[in-house]
Amino acid sequence: MHDLIIIGSGPAGFTAAIYAARANLKPIVLASSVEMGGDLMTTTDVENFPGFPEGIQGPDLMFAMQQQAERFGADVRMQDVTELELDGEVKRVHVGDEVLEARAVIFATGSAYRKLGIDGEERLSGHGVSWCATCDGFFFKQKQLIVVGGGDSAMEEANFLTKFADKVTIVHRSESFRASQVMLDRSKLNEKIEFLMNTVVESIEGDAQVKAVTLRDTVSGSTWQMPVDGVFVAIGSDPRTHLVHDKLMLTAEGTIAVDGRTSRTSVQGVFAAGDVIDPTYRQAVTAAASGTVAALDAEHYLTAHAVPVLVTSPEEAAL
Amino acid sequence: MKEVTTASFEQDVLNADKPVLVDFWAAWCGPCRAVSPILEQIDGETEKLDVVKVNVDQEPDLAMRYNITSIPAMKLFQGGQVVKELIGARPKPAIEQELAAFL
Repeated sequence: MHDLIIIGSGPAGFTAAIYAARANLKPIVLASSVEMGGDLMTTTDVENFPGFPEGIQGPDLMFAMQQQAERFGADVRMQDVTELELDGEVKRVHVGDEVLEARAVIFATGSAYRKLGIDGEERLSGHGVSWCATCDGFFFKQKQLIVVGGGDSAMEEANFLTKFADKVTIVHRSESFRASQVMLDRSKLNEKIEFLMNTVVESIEGDAQVKAVTLRDTVSGSTWQMPVDGVFVAIGSDPRTHLVHDKLMLTAEGTIAVDGRTSRTSVQGVFAAGDVIDPTYRQAVTAAASGTVAALDAEHYLTAHAVPVLVTSPEEAAL
Repeated sequence: MKEVTTASFEQDVLNADKPVLVDFWAAWCGPCRAVSPILEQIDGETEKLDVVKVNVDQEPDLAMRYNITSIPAMKLFQGGQVVKELIGARPKPAIEQELAAFL
């Protein structure tokens, strides 16, 4: 029986692991087999994580967090959780055929990229439709691309893609941006980036490779085709709750509901942290802070629900 | 896992006796680094197919020839033809399931 299992290995999961390991809880971190490190693993320059005046590469930051957690005794496993049993004092975490037991669980699974849900998207995924500029931008040298979205990630992808592409058009459904001013300014100053506002992608065309997109002006309603070689989708993400959606209370936004400023979920002994509880901020720093809250809450819970140590045998007590 | 080049591709992949799973990867691709140890394991666990890798940075011609636009991309070759294609990092059981007919 373990004290604490942490599910997830982004900034929330690893920060929770650092705190819990320093509190001697010997946490197990189920980091996933192929998504270890979370979203930052596909990010290049992270310029807003305090302590790195020159910025730091996303994967470098995550490997550093992992090492920091392991240094204090966290047991990081590249495994995928397949099922959870959260009721009762003992939580059971299934990892394939193996079942791990713990007295407390921190759920920090982050979010998954949102899809456009349009014709051609699924079929041409990996053939010109991509969610990862840092992985796939390389293959679009001297090409024409669109980036769909209006947030920081869309701006970052667009700027990154101009290292390779001749032209990148940011297609955004409204007139206002969620992106921060610094990211927006950088895109506007980039000569290779153009903007198409009040425009949505209706469908993606091409047989074996992306050839064009059909666009619609949301004001006039007119549609037209634009020839492109690639479509990068950056329209945000949804909390990844598929393992717990019928076990923990969720909010109207689809995030896991927690009690006030704490990380306590609707089930005792289960705590949640990071993007999976955050419909608003979703930054590496806020996720890390949230991981801290969860580790402290879990530590407090484990102390309050300590397994009683028998000082006298039952026979002696009966006398 | 054997590193295959443009020069050795014909011999190592196209003319191989058994099916060959080719992992197109690059050092700057985080998901590639995540899936690499899984492919290494599969390579070590079966005699029925070989797993090799192609560095797209060093072998852009091969990447272009096989229309790679997203990595990691894993293509299974049999008799010189691509018979199966997997794009994106996936957990080991998911990859094994895709390759079940060849394992």
